[in-house]
Amino acid sequence: MKTLVLAEHDGKQLSPALFQAVTAAQFWNSPVDLLVVGSNTSEIAQQAAAISGVARVIQADAVHLAHPLAEDVANLIFEIGREYQVILAAHSSFSRNILPRAAALLDVAMISDALSIHNDNTYVRSGYAGNILNTIHSTDAIQVLTVHSSNFAAASLGGSAEVVSIKVPAAFGKTRWLAEKHNHSDRPALSSAKIVVSGGRSLGSAEKFEQILSPLAAKLGAALGATRAAVDAGYAPNEIQVGQTGVVVAPDLYIAIGVSGAVQHTYGMKDSKIVVAINQDPDAPIFQVADYCLVADLFEAVPTLTAAIH
Amino acid sequence: MKILVAVKRVVDYNIKVRIKPDGSDVDIHGVKMGVNPFDENAIEEALRLKEQGKATEVVAVSLGTTANQDVLRHALAMGADRAILIESHVKLQPLGVAKLLKTVVEREQPDIILLGKQAIDDDSGQTGQMLAALLGYPQGTFVSALNVEGNEVTVTREVDGGTEDIAITLPAVITADLRLNAPRFVKLPNLMMARKKPIETLHAPEMGVDVKPRLKLLQVTEPAARKPGIKVDSVEELLSKLRTIEGIQL
Repeated sequence: MKTLVLAEHDGKQLSPALFQAVTAAQFWNSPVDLLVVGSNTSEIAQQAAAISGVARVIQADAVHLAHPLAEDVANLIFEIGREYQVILAAHSSFSRNILPRAAALLDVAMISDALSIHNDNTYVRSGYAGNILNTIHSTDAIQVLTVHSSNFAAASLGGSAEVVSIKVPAAFGKTRWLAEKHNHSDRPALSSAKIVVSGGRSLGSAEKFEQILSPLAAKLGAALGATRAAVDAGYAPNEIQVGQTGVVVAPDLYIAIGVSGAVQHTYGMKDSKIVVAINQDPDAPIFQVADYCLVADLFEAVPTLTAAIH
Repeated sequence: MKILVAVKRVVDYNIKVRIKPDGSDVDIHGVKMGVNPFDENAIEEALRLKEQGKATEVVAVSLGTTANQDVLRHALAMGADRAILIESHVKLQPLGVAKLLKTVVEREQPDIILLGKQAIDDDSGQTGQMLAALLGYPQGTFVSALNVEGNEVTVTREVDGGTEDIAITLPAVITADLRLNAPRFVKLPNLMMARKKPIETLHAPEMGVDVKPRLKLLQVTEPAARKPGIKVDSVEELLSKLRTIEGIQL
């Protein structure tokens, strides 16, 4: 039997999390195929073929897949899925949209965001916003899952897998892609950044959020993150929300500024290696997950910190 | 236009759940329960479509035991027209829920099925996509804005790195993100009136659907706590501590 990994990419580059998903896929000790879906994907397929540990790259290329829709990708996975014992992807908004649909077509359950993989189709995943860990055993013949990529080391380059094209079924046709909005910035991507500077509602306004946090992030080469409260208040765009319903990060250093530390937020950052919290409220729950706690007025402390960094 | 909204009963989001001493599951005995927050957004959006004159009927459906009547009453008090309880004594998983919902959709023939994008107890985030697959319907997931025009719904989806807009032909399955709307508060008189609205009960074992759990819960444990942090008194002290850590250059 074989393992299939759904490859996420933006048309130019593979998602960094794919390399971690490939490592997760090696658990089953069976040949790993990557499914690359898109339009004009030769370049991407070549990148995928160079990941070590990949046996084969399956290229599903069609004009209507330029912005792949869940309906079309799930149908593709369904077409080839019976050849596989395991179908997985890194946990992301892309895979969360597609894999449950594919699992239902295959009439199997899905395991979302597996933290670790064990023998006998057993997985550990969290529940209640990371407050508990569930060990679950799947009884299905095909395992469909997304993996918590930061828990797996990235696969290296150096492979030379064969690339095969498959016939793409006709478009599902009931959904039309219209537009996308990406806030491009020069900062590193939030999900893979080594340092994250994150702000909460205490920043008070979009202007202050930018004015206080950006210079620090720039000096550290850090990505910017935000709490849901800060995003809801309009201080920061939705795509930088860290937490249960946003992005999950595990950087080397996470600096939480004016963040109260609701469990829904800490779910998204508590795997960070070092956590620094700066908050005026000594009872803020963020201090319970922080390694270094500074009770201070952030409007004074953060500029001081920024100035003191080389 | 008819809208079906699926409502899950979960532990209140403010409560930190306890694990049973034998580690077999979480202990929800006597714990405050309520509507899954994302499902509340789904109900709210259905009601707004009705208030805009785009929908004519909003039907709420919940799956579980008779205890689930409380979340259906909540949906009715918010403004849903009627409710359906699918009674099941098997602990349902997303695929089973999707299969049961499918039979309700086939009977009710709604134009839009609205669900929360995930439930805050199991955090699976699968049911909407699975239901759409089983029905052969298109899907719009993680939706933060929605506009119905004729036979089409245009949605803004929250995706990693930004947003995406897609247009979907009805009938369709839509899953709500928290930013879709701010759910209304339920007023006491409405709660009283909701008691008079009908809740129909269907029995899962009689619906001819295989809802056998595919995933077996072996053990529930607490995650390892982070080791207690150090209090620092100044930015200087913070920096001097951080500078001693290998791999961090400040």
